[in-house]
Amino acid sequence: MVGYSLLLIVILSLVAYYVGRGSARRFAGGAGSDKVHSLPGYHGAFIAVWVGIPAFVLVVLWASFQGAMLDNLVISSLPQAFTDGKSPAELNLALSEIRNLASGRIFGEPAPEIRAAAERLLAWQHIASWAMVVVAAALMILVLVFARTRIAPRFRARNNVERVLSALMVFCSVVAILTTVGIIVSLLYESIAFFRLVPIHEFLFGLKWEPQIAIRADQVAGAGAFGAVPVFAGTLLISAIALIVAIPIGLFTAIYLVEYADDRVRNVVKPIMEILAGIPTVVFGFFAVLTVAPAIREAGGLMGIATSPNSALAAGFVMGIMIIPFISSLSDDALRSVPRAMRDGSLAMGATASETMTKVLLPAALPGIMGGILLAASRAIGETMIVVMAAGLIATLTINPMDSVTTVTVQIVSMLIGDTSFDSPKTLAAFALGLVLFIVTLGLNILALQIVKKYREQYE
Amino acid sequence: MADVALATRDVPTPEFQTVRTPDPHPRPTKVKADNVKVFYGQKQALNGVSIDIPVKSVTAFIGPSGCGKSTFLRCLNRMNDTIDGCRVEGEILLDNRDIYDASLDVVELRARVGMVFQKPNPFPKSIFDNVAYGPKIHGLARSKAELEEIVVSSLQKASLFNEVKDRLHEPGTGLSGGQQQRLCIARTIAVSPDVILMDEPCSALDPIATAKVEELIDELRENFTIVIVTHSMQQAARVSQRTAFFHLGTLVEEGPTDHVFTNPSERRTQDYITGRFG
Repeated sequence: MVGYSLLLIVILSLVAYYVGRGSARRFAGGAGSDKVHSLPGYHGAFIAVWVGIPAFVLVVLWASFQGAMLDNLVISSLPQAFTDGKSPAELNLALSEIRNLASGRIFGEPAPEIRAAAERLLAWQHIASWAMVVVAAALMILVLVFARTRIAPRFRARNNVERVLSALMVFCSVVAILTTVGIIVSLLYESIAFFRLVPIHEFLFGLKWEPQIAIRADQVAGAGAFGAVPVFAGTLLISAIALIVAIPIGLFTAIYLVEYADDRVRNVVKPIMEILAGIPTVVFGFFAVLTVAPAIREAGGLMGIATSPNSALAAGFVMGIMIIPFISSLSDDALRSVPRAMRDGSLAMGATASETMTKVLLPAALPGIMGGILLAASRAIGETMIVVMAAGLIATLTINPMDSVTTVTVQIVSMLIGDTSFDSPKTLAAFALGLVLFIVTLGLNILALQIVKKYREQYE
Repeated sequence: MADVALATRDVPTPEFQTVRTPDPHPRPTKVKADNVKVFYGQKQALNGVSIDIPVKSVTAFIGPSGCGKSTFLRCLNRMNDTIDGCRVEGEILLDNRDIYDASLDVVELRARVGMVFQKPNPFPKSIFDNVAYGPKIHGLARSKAELEEIVVSSLQKASLFNEVKDRLHEPGTGLSGGQQQRLCIARTIAVSPDVILMDEPCSALDPIATAKVEELIDELRENFTIVIVTHSMQQAARVSQRTAFFHLGTLVEEGPTDHVFTNPSERRTQDYITGRFG
């Protein structure tokens, strides 16, 4: 029924558009047409938006509240004898049985009261859905008729449509912002619950991380320790390896593309870098597990270095490959936005291309490049799939890249897999880790954007 | 009849010929261009320009926008090499050496033929480092003291030193437009070039800053050969000794500045300087 309603809204809005345009055309063509304020199309759009948008809002609200209203109705319609002496939980159970029955899923032998209630529910649902269509249609026709009377040569349909459209855009951005705020609030809420169980200083400065504690009484597990330092150290180690791989390669790629490559090379290399940016991280993940990690272990074995099968080096290296396109494309932009006059000025002094690059272009583009690197770093820190597949699970406090380390994202995933319980620190720790991760990447992003912004001001 | 038509076709079209008036007191030639043609891809921007640029004097190139005067200027230090699809034909001699010869190093050429651009383009470095840039990359100073000496004397020659002596280590981009342009001139003369090319050096400046730069150009003439492209005919008349008028990719007329401005030999020159077109 919601589908039919939406279809009806589209059709009636279109009708409204043509009605509005048609009647505007009638006076636009006549005498004194120079005094018409808006083009006929705007009159059509004016009626269309006022017909379509309120009806759409009505249908959405109706569809989301209809279920709850009917539930209340069904409960209050149950016979007194049936509901007497039942707790709210039991009533809820009965309600879901009624709902199941109404949608055709029958378990066992339902009580006659339930059967009757289910039939009532079905009937009401039917009525409510049709009522929604009818009410929406009535609303639209009313608005159409009313708006039609407002159309006049001096009516400012164009400005009116503009206001409606800007309100629509404000609404959309508010939705995005509210979602973000909601996520942050839920992160904060659960983190505070976690810090009630585990003191915050123990979490931030503790050196031992053993979160796999028993959730059910019959599980055998360790006592648990929630010191996040080894986890963050692991994240930093892997991200550092990734940046060590990605910065030189990405930066030199950008320099080559901007200053040295001719158009033919650029037309080949740039799309390839874009393909690299488009590879799903899970593909990078099994590349890390199946190809890079064994190769590193073998190489380590040949050189007599003890290498873990899921070494930080393997995960970091592959993550580095993943963020190369970030660094190269942002550095490319930064170098390209250095005014051509700088380059010409340096070349006209008799500087070579590489002198121009190192002494003039790179210093001028440095803030933009730094911004790109910080964005890539925050991407690396938050990256999940590669490390889930290629990094370890045990939190070791080490800086040896041949060792196995774990990361924040890996721990979050592993803590939310299997048994979860929102009163156990094991589950809640995931939110605390997520919160810290969020703060770190947010900080890096803000810093990066600040740097990039400052740099933009320099030339404009 | 057919023979006559062929014969007239062999004669070079008069539009591509240059009217030349020699100097009453000729100076030795510093740069000699012979039949220079420039192509951007398929499009021809210059139709065979030949000109002798005398040493230690100011030569002004005038003409309407798109007439090829800047293109020709950029040939003289091979800045056109940096433009994709640009091709130069003909011969340009600097002190009787072909600057497009394969044996000539373009980096050395540009150290001898400096350039000042239309918009001041100081590097985002300190005033000192801006001027020290050229001497550093060309290894002109053996010690720090020597480098400082070069910087100070270049700033003095560009009559900028007194204005910036207390803030040599502040960014060059913080100066006013006129000061920035004089900084760019100081930067250019710091590598002691023979020739300085100026591509509309005052078009982004206010009248007072313009007057200062023009005064400076007049002083620099004693030591450097200067070629200046300008849209302002008053400026050409004020600062130059010889003037060359370009139109539609052709050098129409060249001669002593007072002759070109007071008694041009070509109709098109007359029309342009009296403001009838362009």
